[in-house]
Amino acid sequence: MKKITNRSRVVSAVFIKDLRIEARSRVVTNQVLPFAGLIMIMFAFALDNDDVLQRVAGGLIWLATIFSLFVIVQRSFAIETDDSALDSLRVAGIDLSAVFLGKAFALTLQLIALDVVLIASAFLLYQVQVSAVGIVLLVTCVTCATTGLGFVGTLYGGLTAGANGRETLLPLLLLPVVAPVLIAATRATEAAFGSGGAATSEGWAWVGLLTIFAAVFGIGGSLAFGPLIDE
Amino acid sequence: MSQTSTQTPQKVSNTGTQATRVIGALAILVTIWVVISGLVLTPADVVQGESVRIMYVHVPSAWIAYVAFIVTAITSAFYIFSKRHSLGFDRVAGASAEVGVIFMAITLITGSLWGRLTWGEFWQWDPRLTTTAFLFVTYVGYLAVRRLDGSIEQRAKRSGVIALLAVVEIPLVHFSVVFWRSLHQGATVLNPNGDVKMDDLMLFTLFSGVIGFTLVFIWLVLHRQRTMLLSDLVIERAIDNAILERQNEGVGR
Amino acid sequence: MTSEKVVDFNDVVIVYDNFPAIAGATFYVNAGEIILLQGPNGAGKTTLLRACAGLLPISRGAANVLGCDLRSDRSAVRSRVGLLGHANGLFQDLTVLENMLFWSRLVGANKLDIEQAMDAMGLSGRLSGITVAKLSAGQRRRCALASLIVRRAQLWLLDEPHAGLDAQGRDELDATLRAARDAGATVIFASHEIERAQALATRSLLVTTGTVKTI
Repeated sequence: MKKITNRSRVVSAVFIKDLRIEARSRVVTNQVLPFAGLIMIMFAFALDNDDVLQRVAGGLIWLATIFSLFVIVQRSFAIETDDSALDSLRVAGIDLSAVFLGKAFALTLQLIALDVVLIASAFLLYQVQVSAVGIVLLVTCVTCATTGLGFVGTLYGGLTAGANGRETLLPLLLLPVVAPVLIAATRATEAAFGSGGAATSEGWAWVGLLTIFAAVFGIGGSLAFGPLIDE
Repeated sequence: MSQTSTQTPQKVSNTGTQATRVIGALAILVTIWVVISGLVLTPADVVQGESVRIMYVHVPSAWIAYVAFIVTAITSAFYIFSKRHSLGFDRVAGASAEVGVIFMAITLITGSLWGRLTWGEFWQWDPRLTTTAFLFVTYVGYLAVRRLDGSIEQRAKRSGVIALLAVVEIPLVHFSVVFWRSLHQGATVLNPNGDVKMDDLMLFTLFSGVIGFTLVFIWLVLHRQRTMLLSDLVIERAIDNAILERQNEGVGR
Repeated sequence: MTSEKVVDFNDVVIVYDNFPAIAGATFYVNAGEIILLQGPNGAGKTTLLRACAGLLPISRGAANVLGCDLRSDRSAVRSRVGLLGHANGLFQDLTVLENMLFWSRLVGANKLDIEQAMDAMGLSGRLSGITVAKLSAGQRRRCALASLIVRRAQLWLLDEPHAGLDAQGRDELDATLRAARDAGATVIFASHEIERAQALATRSLLVTTGTVKTI
């Protein structure tokens, strides 16, 4: 019993610490959210067609999420490597999978905030609409997708944190891994918006895939995080 | 630390052995047979014409790409989960990944050309081709992780974990793409070899191609993991020398 | 003071980035000692301290810390040691108190421990509510030391702990290390401040070019 309470204590300590730092420094709120909003505007410039934009809004939301993911992940680990706090975490002798979960959940929360902004911009800029049933689907989709992204982002972010041009490896490693999330989340979001005639019922299968993805990387990440960041 | 420092240092001019010579000879013979049969002896396809001959390169390459992936995954698992953590497993994993990446590239290029010749398009979202493209990028990433700085053991542990993660990630990618494409029925039956009616000679040639490419794969991996062993030995030797130097620094002159 | 060995190194080689930072070190540390590591820069003092904390893999030789074999299971030793490296391991955007609360929660320390540690390092009162980014280098060092105190580690490893501290800070540090020793811990620290360090230490070790000699 003691082992479990220790782990959950570490998870919540790390989770609270990450969110408190963000609340204090506001890097994500002041830099990443505006960046994401700007991407949505840029898409409109590039695609230049109201019908097309409304049709592909789901995909654009998740593309913007993934591009912003790199920045948020690197920030998440910059706070650890800045003053060698990561070393102190390793010496603390705590279960590193608990550190993984704490950081992943904090990352997920930030991604949810990001997606709220992106979805709002889609409503404003691309004129998408959503029904009541669609909202339920949308909320579930966002929760499951961001959880999965939080897990993989923390895992590969830990590996590429720190020295010597490792950060440039993050997109190369992360993009193939998040492809299933991009595909599934986009389809589910399109179903919620009714884009191209998709029915909301079609979206739930995709949410199922998102849940499997999150479960796989939640477990896999917990196991792999410790060995990956150790020397 | 190392299982390699028990090797007696000797002058090594090549990494060939009896086994690799036999395998190499067989590989050449089978490949020559496949070339002759594929280009000359087998008939052209009723629908596709001569362009069907790309199949004899494309299909075996795809096969090897996946075999290489599985070999890397299994040897990585052996390295991580076995008690001895024998570095030989890691070397085979790395060699298999390097060779596999080449065959993945060949699969993608030949697949693209075949599609172009048959259907007029360089790329289609065929699930198998798309998954191979993801496999390719994932393994380029794996090889990049192997080149991060650190000790040989660190390299083995890190890339081993990445390889095992790839094992779960690739099926997820594949299923996503399959479900995705199933939404678009009709015009996208893009597997050119789905339509080919194969007679016995064509089947036999295809089969020979698979055998031949497998022999080439084994030959390349054997040589590559030996050169890896040699370069690891060089590093070890350099460290040994550095240790002696450092100890002598202190002893004073 | 018993003669039980807290650290026991025999012909240890530690390779870092393909360079043998430690090239054959043999030494031991008994329980309750305060050991000073002296030596020029690049000699391997930092590597030695990090290795004792279980952070680095041992390439050759036999290394035992607090009964744990560093070659087979170095992660086991980590929860029993406390390490203060060159960096402070603090979160720049959090206050002194928030940093303390975080590190204390990780190791299960209670409020009283935290208060005592912050008192010992002169961090109670006004300083506790200031974000680390706004502190001076010496104040940050003291905060790092306070988070080390709450760990109640059996083995304290400090890499140039006096650096950046003013006279009062150094006195507080010396008092803290003595108190730790009195409470049963063992201390190993590296320092360039020979006079002050030798007054504090019970024994000195000289680290040069990756080897260790007793002085």
